[in-house]
Amino acid sequence: MQQLTELEARPTSPLAWVISNVGRVLISLFVPILTFVVLWQGFLFLRDSNAPKIVIAIVAIIWGVGGVALLYLVSNWLIEQLSPAWTSRLQPFVFVGPAIAILAWYLAIPTVRTLWISLLNNNSTEFVGLQNYINILFNDRSMITALRNNLLWIIFGATFSVIFGLLIAVLADRSRFETIAKSLIFMPMAISMVGAGVIWNFIYEVRQAGDPQIGLLNALWVGVGGEPQAWTSLLQPWNNLFLIVIVIWLQAGFAMVLFSAAIKGIPGEILEASRVDGATEIQVFFRIMIPYIMGTIITVGTTILIFTLKIFDIVWVMTGGQFDTHVIATQFYRQYFTNRNFGFGSAIAILLLIGVIPVMIYNLKQFSEREAF
Amino acid sequence: MAARTTSAKREKLFSDLVVNGALFLLVLLWTIPTIGLLVSSFRDQFDIATSGWWTILPHREWVTVDSIEPPRDAPRDQPVEVGGVSATFDEFRAGIQTPDGRQLQWIGNRRLGNVEVQEQRWTTRTDFTLENYQNVLTGKRYEVTQPDGGVAVEQGRDMSGAFLNSLTVTIPATVIPILIAAFAAYGFAWMNFPGRRMLFIMVVALLVVPLQLSLVPILRDYVRLDLNGTFLAIWLAHTGFGLPLATYLLYNYISGLPRDILESAFIDGASHFTIFTRLILPLSVPALASFAIFQFLWTWNDYLVALVFIGAKPDTQVVTMRLADIVGSRGNDWHLLTAGAFISMVLPLVVFFSLQRFFVRGLLAGSVKG
Repeated sequence: MQQLTELEARPTSPLAWVISNVGRVLISLFVPILTFVVLWQGFLFLRDSNAPKIVIAIVAIIWGVGGVALLYLVSNWLIEQLSPAWTSRLQPFVFVGPAIAILAWYLAIPTVRTLWISLLNNNSTEFVGLQNYINILFNDRSMITALRNNLLWIIFGATFSVIFGLLIAVLADRSRFETIAKSLIFMPMAISMVGAGVIWNFIYEVRQAGDPQIGLLNALWVGVGGEPQAWTSLLQPWNNLFLIVIVIWLQAGFAMVLFSAAIKGIPGEILEASRVDGATEIQVFFRIMIPYIMGTIITVGTTILIFTLKIFDIVWVMTGGQFDTHVIATQFYRQYFTNRNFGFGSAIAILLLIGVIPVMIYNLKQFSEREAF
Repeated sequence: MAARTTSAKREKLFSDLVVNGALFLLVLLWTIPTIGLLVSSFRDQFDIATSGWWTILPHREWVTVDSIEPPRDAPRDQPVEVGGVSATFDEFRAGIQTPDGRQLQWIGNRRLGNVEVQEQRWTTRTDFTLENYQNVLTGKRYEVTQPDGGVAVEQGRDMSGAFLNSLTVTIPATVIPILIAAFAAYGFAWMNFPGRRMLFIMVVALLVVPLQLSLVPILRDYVRLDLNGTFLAIWLAHTGFGLPLATYLLYNYISGLPRDILESAFIDGASHFTIFTRLILPLSVPALASFAIFQFLWTWNDYLVALVFIGAKPDTQVVTMRLADIVGSRGNDWHLLTAGAFISMVLPLVVFFSLQRFFVRGLLAGSVKG
């Protein structure tokens, strides 16, 4: 490639030089235009076509995946037509550029835009300063309930996921059935929160007293002599805890996998030595294992914390936020998309951002301590 | 000495028993909800609504063995004698137990009903059916009475269309971010350009930004560009939200590849593009695979992004939205819900169990989305 450009750089006659260069410019223009036309036609077909669904699905997948690959191929080809100096100057931006553009468009700039909208009034026509934030924190009772509930989610969700994850990891580590037990506990990770909602609806379903209960929890409860309970609705404020159980069910497997790997990383000699010295298993667990894997516990805890901070699907599907079960993310959706209070909704989203800022700062600090970059 | 070893052995056996017993209980606790759903999805519509799924297990239940016609003309509040027992109608309604272990129960109303003689017997309810799945996949048939008195059969919306939509959303939404992130990771790891450090700091900072912050501005852009409800819109959205993590993970992996491989390729005159496609991509397959599984599970199981960017368009609804719709609009159609939920779970579960190794590896490398 390089040799070729050098040869062409020494033209035999001015006319030939002009022709060869014009030809190259024309090809360089023609290829991207052709690419663009092909992709545009694909887009129009997908948007307007009435073809059978399966055809559209296949075309869409090929168009989407192939289109992105084609864009890289063509833009790289274009860059390589330039002189070597320009190629090496511009090529990094062909590689990194698309990612940066998408990140800027989809995450970085929207954060600033949302911050701006949150300072405007509800239909974004007037600047109101911090009024929306004041309303959230002091004037809206349902918002205060949501903040309280989110606190419950964070505390109970993260704590119990970590406790169960740790318990299962320790037990599985000493069992012959480790692989299968871990697979089964881990399985809910693959289930959507909407699906999990359906599954747990079957546990919490309530029927009138006297009728056979089809929800497992009420069947057991009535079996020991209780009155049937509407666990997720009327039993306030405990209904929040019954929803939180679902997230513990989903996340304990995640915690377990990380803890399991961390426990296997504890040097065997340390455990041996402490046991020889007469430490009981309980002591080994609390005095040696826990301190040793503290880093992992903090990482897992933080991750689940962030996850529960943004919890949306479970509440939305199970109760829709009724019966005092709203959380921040459902309030955001309700205010923004149902009530169309743009300023108020954006301010709620900013609350979520404020919640994760400590983690962001920690990540950045970790990164800047890395020497290699 | 011998006594000590046996006692140690016994102790070991005991602790084994405790460990495995506790583990078994926890596993049972964790799997019962899913088993309940799976069993229910194969049960008859009527059975689902009237008895718990656990009645497929052997249990003792009142079973009707005989039916007696009671005297029809007895006054309401006077005791009547049926099957050797004298009681009022209301008492019969509630069920009366006889000394020989039977139960007499008045089924139906006072004028027309019968008294049934029931016995406690071991039974199982095991009449399974595939009807729920058929209904969900092909759309339930509704009989609608027309104004002129005729009956028309209408096909309800099915789930197979939503399944196909989910595939159309998920496959590109998994491949595109991986491709873009792999290019960017290579650029960050092996190329030099101004602003490299600042741009990567941006990637790290965006790792934990909640996607709720982006929904509204992006939605406004989409409305302006007339992109809302198209597949392209939702692919790009999923790409944007998955990209920080994908870039970060792939950078960690690609920057850790041995430097001499690349240098020898450069000396042979290969361009960056050739090195990337021929050398780096094949070498990074484990990292690509583990991120692919994550992104696949996220996009398949996603509800919020689809809800916002696909909205109410029935043509492009994905399975999670269909399912949430069934929960909302037909909360009582339990039989549709069970089969629907299971259909939505099949593909992620298959991917999960067959590629669990990569999944765990990805988790350990820090696959945790913001």
